[in-house]
Amino acid sequence: MQGTPLVGRALWGRLLRNRSFAIGVVLVLVMVAVAIFADWLTPFDPLKSNVRARLAAPDAAHWFGTDHFGRDILSRVMIGARISLAIGAFTAVLAGVAGTLSGAIAGYFHRLDQPIMRIMDALMAFPSIVLAMVVSAVLGASLTNVVIALAIATTPHTARIVRASVLLEKEQEYIAAARSIGVGEWTILFKHVLRNVAGPLIVRLTYVFAIAILAEAALSFVGAGPPPPTASFGSIIAQGRDFMREAPWITVFPGLAIIACVLGLNLLGDGLRDVLDPRLKF
Amino acid sequence: MGHFLIRRLAGAFLVLVLVSLMSFALIWLVPGDPAAAFLDASATPEQVAKLRGALGLDLSLPQQMLGWYGRILSGDLGQSILLNRSVTAALIERLPVTLSLAALALAFAVFFGVAAGIIAAVNHNRWPDQAVMTTALLGLSVPDFWLGLVMVLVFAVSLGWLPSGGFTPFLQSPAEWLRGMILPALTLGLVQVGFIARMARASMLDTLSQDYVRTADAKGLAKLHVVLRHALPNAMIPILTVIGIVSGALLGGAVIVEQVFSIPGIGRLIVGAIASRDFPVLQGGLLFLAVVYLAINLVVDILYAVVDPRVRLA
Repeated sequence: MQGTPLVGRALWGRLLRNRSFAIGVVLVLVMVAVAIFADWLTPFDPLKSNVRARLAAPDAAHWFGTDHFGRDILSRVMIGARISLAIGAFTAVLAGVAGTLSGAIAGYFHRLDQPIMRIMDALMAFPSIVLAMVVSAVLGASLTNVVIALAIATTPHTARIVRASVLLEKEQEYIAAARSIGVGEWTILFKHVLRNVAGPLIVRLTYVFAIAILAEAALSFVGAGPPPPTASFGSIIAQGRDFMREAPWITVFPGLAIIACVLGLNLLGDGLRDVLDPRLKF
Repeated sequence: MGHFLIRRLAGAFLVLVLVSLMSFALIWLVPGDPAAAFLDASATPEQVAKLRGALGLDLSLPQQMLGWYGRILSGDLGQSILLNRSVTAALIERLPVTLSLAALALAFAVFFGVAAGIIAAVNHNRWPDQAVMTTALLGLSVPDFWLGLVMVLVFAVSLGWLPSGGFTPFLQSPAEWLRGMILPALTLGLVQVGFIARMARASMLDTLSQDYVRTADAKGLAKLHVVLRHALPNAMIPILTVIGIVSGALLGGAVIVEQVFSIPGIGRLIVGAIASRDFPVLQGGLLFLAVVYLAINLVVDILYAVVDPRVRLA
């Protein structure tokens, strides 16, 4: 990146003046707050059935209606946000670590470039959602395995982005300067090069977070997601499918919650990209 | 062109070798004994041993690997444990269904995406541009299967215009086939429209700023003529690459959307294999989709080199 790096206040100022970022941050913070404080916010016990209120349409008591067990959909969506956002966040962390390591090593050490990137190419040849589905099914569906499956599907692209930035960065003069005063290669890579790769990486991981929420929902929908009784956005929709005609609200509201999260993250990512990584703008 | 073709084919071959190795390696990810995982707890040790034999798990690793490559080279992806038939046959039988769904979705996505991209580029930074970009972003944030369910709710359940699911083979009744495919293809395509619109807009903006476009403008040609006849053909070249990128998402999306609309394609085969842990179908299905994806991208790259000679030298 050219010019003085943006730090501290200057960075925040530019970010907050970016409309995408501002809207994205608000949406994401609201959803994260709901997920964290779900235990206190839920109007009803999300697991408690109430036969007298089966398939009730949205009203003053149940804002999002109830399901076939009479469970409150709003409460279930709030608890579901916790699972879905946690899966998204852990996937972003795991794909971030794996993608940074493999991409940085491939970009910095020329001899390892081809082997690592061909493996990433091969992983990218699988339709990512099917890859995640099959890996999760083979490992056995659990929260951890879903995160591993989603990280495997999102790491290659992350590695590619990190590698591209490292390739650009390692040709800079300050790297040659560091090497000339005897700084070790690994130190140069991890202390100097990677610091300047942070921009594109953070942007990418915001999108990975969004992609993982969408993918987790799809996985749950086809039965390769975290097992019941875990309620995630996807599993609530999957259960609501059998009652689409009588009770469409079971399906509709969790979907809107997914859109709110993913849209928020995408806006956040677009804003970060505009400010941190102007090269990528289109 | 010869050099370009050889290099591209060699690259594709290497990826193919790795992709098949990864599909083979999937079985190692199974915690414990894959044969025992497929059979339930009541299975006798003899039954488990028999299935291990059938899956080739009792052989040594090099033997297993040699066997796997030997079989896939002759197009044999093994036997489905559940369906008790050849995985290759089951996949090929369903391929036309999945491909036609993905192709129809691609047609929708390219048509609407390019149209929206042009409108946005021509009205750069004015409200139609912002409307298109906002809609595109929204499209990227909607889960495809949920959109499908909502479409069923609106167009099948409430309005009754189109069937809510099911599949009629094209040869049996083309009209019924199309009626059944509209909602699934729209669902699958709409999710990609946003991405294509963004790319088309960028490509169009780039082309519109070229000198030859300014010349065409300056000599007094009608704006619409300049955009559609002079700028669009060149702006479409990068869109070709997008088709390659999107094909992976479309194949993956088709797997999910088939589930929503009960379409008997490759997706239903794979999803059916998840619950029963039918490993040969999971491995074979994944490998098969990757091969289809690689083939599509090979064709796209070659086409690109044909329309844009600069690529061959890169």
